Amino acid sequence: MSAQPALGRPIRGPSALGGDLGRFVHLTRTLAISDFKLRFFGSALGYFWQLMRPLLLFGVLYLVFTQAIKLGASVKFLPVVLLTSIVLYTFFSESTAQAVTAVVDREQLVRKIQFPRLVIPTTVVVTATFNLVLNLLVVFIFAVASGVEPHRSWLQVPILLGALWLLSFGTATLLSALFVRFRDVKPIWDVVLQILLYGSPVIYAIETIDSPQAREVLMLNPLGAILQQMRHALIDPSAPSAGAVAGGWGRLLIPTAIILTVLVLGFWYFNREAPRIAEEL
Amino acid sequence: MSTSSEQLPAVVVDNVSKQFRVPRERMHTLKERALHALKPGAGHETFEALKDVSFSVQPGEFFGIVGRNGSGKSTLLKCLAGIYRVDGGEIYVNGSLSTFIELGVGFNPDLAARDNVVLNAIMLGLSPREARDRFDRVIEFAELEDFVDLKLKNYSSGMHVRLAFSVMIQADADILLIDEVLAVGDASFQQKCFDVFQGLKDAGKTMLFVTHDMGAVQRFCDRALLIENGVVKTIGDPQRVGNQYVELNFGRDAGELAAAEGERYGSQQAQVVEAWFEDEHGQRTTTLPQGRPCAFRARVEFRERMEHPAVAVLIENDRHHPLFAASTDVINKGDTGVFEPGESAVLTVSYDNAIAPGRIYASPWIVHRRGTELADRRPRMISALVAGTQVTGGLVDLPHDVALDRSGASAEVHA
Repeated sequence: MSAQPALGRPIRGPSALGGDLGRFVHLTRTLAISDFKLRFFGSALGYFWQLMRPLLLFGVLYLVFTQAIKLGASVKFLPVVLLTSIVLYTFFSESTAQAVTAVVDREQLVRKIQFPRLVIPTTVVVTATFNLVLNLLVVFIFAVASGVEPHRSWLQVPILLGALWLLSFGTATLLSALFVRFRDVKPIWDVVLQILLYGSPVIYAIETIDSPQAREVLMLNPLGAILQQMRHALIDPSAPSAGAVAGGWGRLLIPTAIILTVLVLGFWYFNREAPRIAEEL
Repeated sequence: MSTSSEQLPAVVVDNVSKQFRVPRERMHTLKERALHALKPGAGHETFEALKDVSFSVQPGEFFGIVGRNGSGKSTLLKCLAGIYRVDGGEIYVNGSLSTFIELGVGFNPDLAARDNVVLNAIMLGLSPREARDRFDRVIEFAELEDFVDLKLKNYSSGMHVRLAFSVMIQADADILLIDEVLAVGDASFQQKCFDVFQGLKDAGKTMLFVTHDMGAVQRFCDRALLIENGVVKTIGDPQRVGNQYVELNFGRDAGELAAAEGERYGSQQAQVVEAWFEDEHGQRTTTLPQGRPCAFRARVEFRERMEHPAVAVLIENDRHHPLFAASTDVINKGDTGVFEPGESAVLTVSYDNAIAPGRIYASPWIVHRRGTELADRRPRMISALVAGTQVTGGLVDLPHDVALDRSGASAEVHA
């Protein structure tokens, strides 16, 4: 590659991946496990609080929908739908919101140690994934207890979770690199997360929106499409699928394209910034 | 180590340069960036931290990198470590490499020592298996067997440093990059560091070592590099590099200090017109290596006739402690001769330089023979720097021998 390869291993400076996949995996795993341990055992109640956040939101919404507004009567398995959506949305918001400041938070490491820089956002998403898995166990128990029956469409669930993970990972990567240069990304992203909360069927069922056009628009949002399809595949096959709400499966190419774009853009930008991150901090 | 890599240098740095962009206006938000696009004129300046730095380090060599603050030495180390990307040139490394810019990078106060050791070792480039395998040795070296499960936030700072240092030792890389690690810890810990470095040296490790501590450079380094303003000043013998470093450090404000001392006393019948120091080769210099012969010389001019004048000099240090004085009184009982107006003479005081390292000042004077009437006295007329790397605390370091003899079984030597 270089003019004098005989001189030894060239030092190329920091990069996103760093060439050594083993080190990438070891570091990500170790950091994610210790982060998770810290949260799990960090306080007396530990994991309990991790679980309480989505559960409390769920409890409030459930009371509002069943007791106050009484909209939920027509929605089959409404509690399970609400809980599932909240858990999935929590994963997305947790992994992206924490990724925003992650690189800057780990400044000490970035400035003092050579390691593949992409480890940082990856660690955040992996830690959130541990949490998601535990929360999904609760959802699963709750779903079975509520009378949700196994169905062949459950096979779609891993694909949908995969899509959600890629969306979160791409966004996390992009935001963590952007924040190094632009410190107002954080407040901006907090607002975007709020918009996405209402712009996706998280705290409401899609049927509560009267306008079919509005429903179609919501399905262009990748998070919305994933949540809707999850409801259809995991909980209630009689509920409208994402394709049906969007007005044709072909239209789901748009959210799919968005996920891929975010993923590629995130990696491209992070990779471009990685060599200079230690200097910009 | 394979036979092929034995011929290769451990580290090759080839024409490396590194620039930092320093924005004229720091922009930290998208908003500023957007507003900024509307007004012209700002941009960024380029700061050259390293300029065409080249050197190579042989396997098993201890190589010191010294320089003042902001000279680029830490930037150089970070380029070697792969933390900064170089803007020009190439760096090659043969063998595994570990960087210690700070002890205990990645330590988390809320985790137990056990977790932190593994975390830190993985950060330093070990695999999780290697990290776990070495765990016991790390704890043993740090003498913290009883505190393995204690959270790090409950450690004393001394325990903290011990733990971090022993992880570093156990990292076991072929090439170690170390930045000012010795600056931490008390004297006994530093001694332990030195012992460990000696052990690493004996084990044939290669080490690149950034420091201010010239004593350590002299003690451990086979060669050293002096860097100033991003440019390599000297590479070679640690003693010579050390002297140059001291000169750089003190020499910076020598001109100002000497110029500030314009005081002059006496009748001016005769004047000290010029004074200087010379090294053992008779060259004028402002740096006098400790332990070598040198000379103070001054030229005096006579405005009026003077019989047997006494010419003398007092050498002081920068705290106004008189170190020694020499006078022509010792020549022929003071019979220096008769000087007519317009004549001149040169005083030479030769001595072996036993003065402690630091800045010294020379105050020459001329008096009439009986010492009552002062012709000229110029306090602190010139200054010079004594270069040495050993600071004993004494004003002078006289040549001496040290012995400790065990005088039979009855008399024990106590620590």
